[in-house]
Amino acid sequence: MLGYYLDLALRSLKRNKVLTALMVLAIAVGIGASMTTLTVMHLLSGDPLPGKSAHLFYAQVDAAPDAKKREPYDVLDYQSAMDLWSAKRADRQTLIADSQIKVHAPQANQPPLMLMMLSTTADFFPMFDVPFQYGRGWSAEDDATHARVAVISADLNNKLFGGTDSTGRSLRLRDSDVRIVGVLKPWRPSPQFYNVAGGRFSEGQTAAFYTKPEDVFTPLGSGLEINGDNFQPFTCWGRPSMPLHLQSAPCVWIGLWVQLDDAARVAGYRRFLEDYVAQQKALGRITRSDTRLRDLMQWLDFNGVVPRDVRLQTWLAFAFLAICLFNTVGLLLAKFLRRSGEIGVRRALGASRAAVFAQCLTEAGMIGLIGGVAGWLLTLAGLWLVRRQPTPYADMVHLDPGMFLATFALAVATSLLAGLLPAMLAARVAPALQLKTL
Amino acid sequence: MELRPILSTLRRHRIPALLLVLEIALTCAIVCNAVFLISQRLQRTQMASGVAESELVQIQLAAIGKPADAKARAQEDLALLRQLPGVTAAALVSQVPFTNSSSNTGIKLDPAQKLPTLNATMYMGEGLIGTYGVRLVAGRDFQADEYLDFDAMKSDPNLQSKVGSVIVTQALGERLWPGQSPLGKNIYLGETSVRVIGVVQALIRPSLFMGDDAAQWTMIFPLRMSAASASRYVLRTASGQREAVLEGAAKALRKADPHRIILEKKTLDDIRREFFRNDRAMAGILVGVIIALLVVTALGIVGLASFWVAQRRRTIGVRRALGATRRNILNYFQTENFLLATIGIALGMVLAYGINLFLMTHYELPRLPPIYFPVGAVVLWLIGQAAVLGPALRAAAVPPVVATRSV
Repeated sequence: MLGYYLDLALRSLKRNKVLTALMVLAIAVGIGASMTTLTVMHLLSGDPLPGKSAHLFYAQVDAAPDAKKREPYDVLDYQSAMDLWSAKRADRQTLIADSQIKVHAPQANQPPLMLMMLSTTADFFPMFDVPFQYGRGWSAEDDATHARVAVISADLNNKLFGGTDSTGRSLRLRDSDVRIVGVLKPWRPSPQFYNVAGGRFSEGQTAAFYTKPEDVFTPLGSGLEINGDNFQPFTCWGRPSMPLHLQSAPCVWIGLWVQLDDAARVAGYRRFLEDYVAQQKALGRITRSDTRLRDLMQWLDFNGVVPRDVRLQTWLAFAFLAICLFNTVGLLLAKFLRRSGEIGVRRALGASRAAVFAQCLTEAGMIGLIGGVAGWLLTLAGLWLVRRQPTPYADMVHLDPGMFLATFALAVATSLLAGLLPAMLAARVAPALQLKTL
Repeated sequence: MELRPILSTLRRHRIPALLLVLEIALTCAIVCNAVFLISQRLQRTQMASGVAESELVQIQLAAIGKPADAKARAQEDLALLRQLPGVTAAALVSQVPFTNSSSNTGIKLDPAQKLPTLNATMYMGEGLIGTYGVRLVAGRDFQADEYLDFDAMKSDPNLQSKVGSVIVTQALGERLWPGQSPLGKNIYLGETSVRVIGVVQALIRPSLFMGDDAAQWTMIFPLRMSAASASRYVLRTASGQREAVLEGAAKALRKADPHRIILEKKTLDDIRREFFRNDRAMAGILVGVIIALLVVTALGIVGLASFWVAQRRRTIGVRRALGATRRNILNYFQTENFLLATIGIALGMVLAYGINLFLMTHYELPRLPPIYFPVGAVVLWLIGQAAVLGPALRAAAVPPVVATRSV
């Protein structure tokens, strides 16, 4: 029966080409706009580490001396960070701080570069599933001895060493030489989740959370020795002495991530944080007792990582789709009711209401499918436009297979929804009245 | 034109009429708000900076740590830059408008205050006012002997109390001392106090992280920067020489020290353009959406009107046979469209107001100005009339003889 309905639908669509084109156009434009914004939204609000994010937690305590009621600071002071990290109470734990640094490869004949360096600890790479092309990360011992080692990004390896295996070669970071122990594969998490902090102060301008990961990774101790005065504090509660020595300054600037593999460990770690704060309060170093332990997705949510403009665009696109929907309902109604005579004959010859309804919906679905193809092309054009926007996430924007299928699903669903009311009205056509006027 | 026959016809075609009304209402609501968003974004890009933008260029060097001769280096660089053809003034400054990097501090009006009154940004650099071309509206500029070395002051708390004077913007003065002249008043930064000796018309914060209302809360201090504490050289140029000056300056600086990294060399116009590029991109997207929406709505009206004309062909024939002129038929469809558009617009205004309320709470947008309502109504009426014209003309062309066929 479906084959027959498809044939009927095709004939009907061909009969009035202008009306068909109008409907297809309305669906296509609506789908193109909403799928473009949905794809961007999907990219920006997705889980950067699916399957693992539920086990990764961001730990917060607050050593500031004020008693104001507020959320704890987004990052930690040096003392708390080192205490919590070296207690090793989680399955894995890593510290995060970044700084800008001058990078020069003595062998490569190129001018020095200003790049971002992430100073972290050995667990960073296994914890966040960072993929390696050559070599590997450094060891816990390297952390302890402040070894002069570094891991570099695929981009930097291509730029300085033409993409060859550069492990073992040396790199000049500011005035110190470090040995390259590992080269990453191209790695582009969305967002740059491990560095997210301070989102609630950014007034919705959060596109910067989607920049590329740093190009150079060093052990925290080594990074501080090489580039200590270029580390920026997140905020300070007192006036730091000059020159800035962040390890002793009344400032917060280090993030702590922990991996906790089951619920018992999570509860245990929460208790550990509370005990730590209680102990530090007893010592008089900390006065605030709030602690936080949010998992990765909760932390991203708390920071409102999806830029406000992107959310506004998504609203707008769906309002647009709604208008296109109304438009299509009207046009389908016109189309079906114009055929009242034909429907009357079919009904008189024995077709049930359900059959007429099914036939009309088939026609609507077919319009949706054609509109979907056109909408897919418009989505590709829309994404091309997004890629040309000056946003940090522009290079990541593409239509993945899931969103490709979603384009057609949304198109057909929209057209079926649009066809529902017209098909119902068409099925209610009274055969006798129509036959009389034939 | 008699309205009754139109109303009774519409009553018999309730659903298509309702759809058309809803479509017009939604379009009206969204277009009103989208146009308002565009105007807000474009207005933002015009924000005044207070500096002579069309004459300024900036060269930013990478911070080179703490060289021993940082102070001498800065003076040498400045001497070099001032000699370049086309340069009328040069300064090494702590921050530049629209660069998103700023140093800010909480200020108090009374040292006993527990919390700062507000957070203002700090501009520093010898000769900053003259080089930027900031307009002094009261008091005076700093004298040469008032300047202290920033590096020395940073490491010595005793020297911090020696910075005695500050210049503020009109907006900051008005916020701190409403209705009074700021001249001679004191501001407290921590325990140290500074006296306001001058007022400038405007000087924007380099980053607007405190919101646009706080954009002009700016102070200028008499502090001399060195190559260790500042990295931005600002040059004022003779008209039309900005590009040449930038090239010349970069070359001269690189020649003085080939190991330096020049992070950025740009005209202030370019820096401003980049600062507001998101606003412009968003405005562009909104313009596209509005055009697409209006086209889709117009096409929807064309489609439905064509359907109606085709459906009523015989009725039109009968009316023509009974003496109605072509103009009568044309007017009939135009009035019908006008009626539907009016209901749609009325509904759309209410909806537009609702969306505006939503945006006001979630996106900190101001209230929609009333002028948008009449303008939006006129635009939609015109679009409706333009869209219905084609089908209505076709209806008017129906010959009376149709009435005699297949009765």
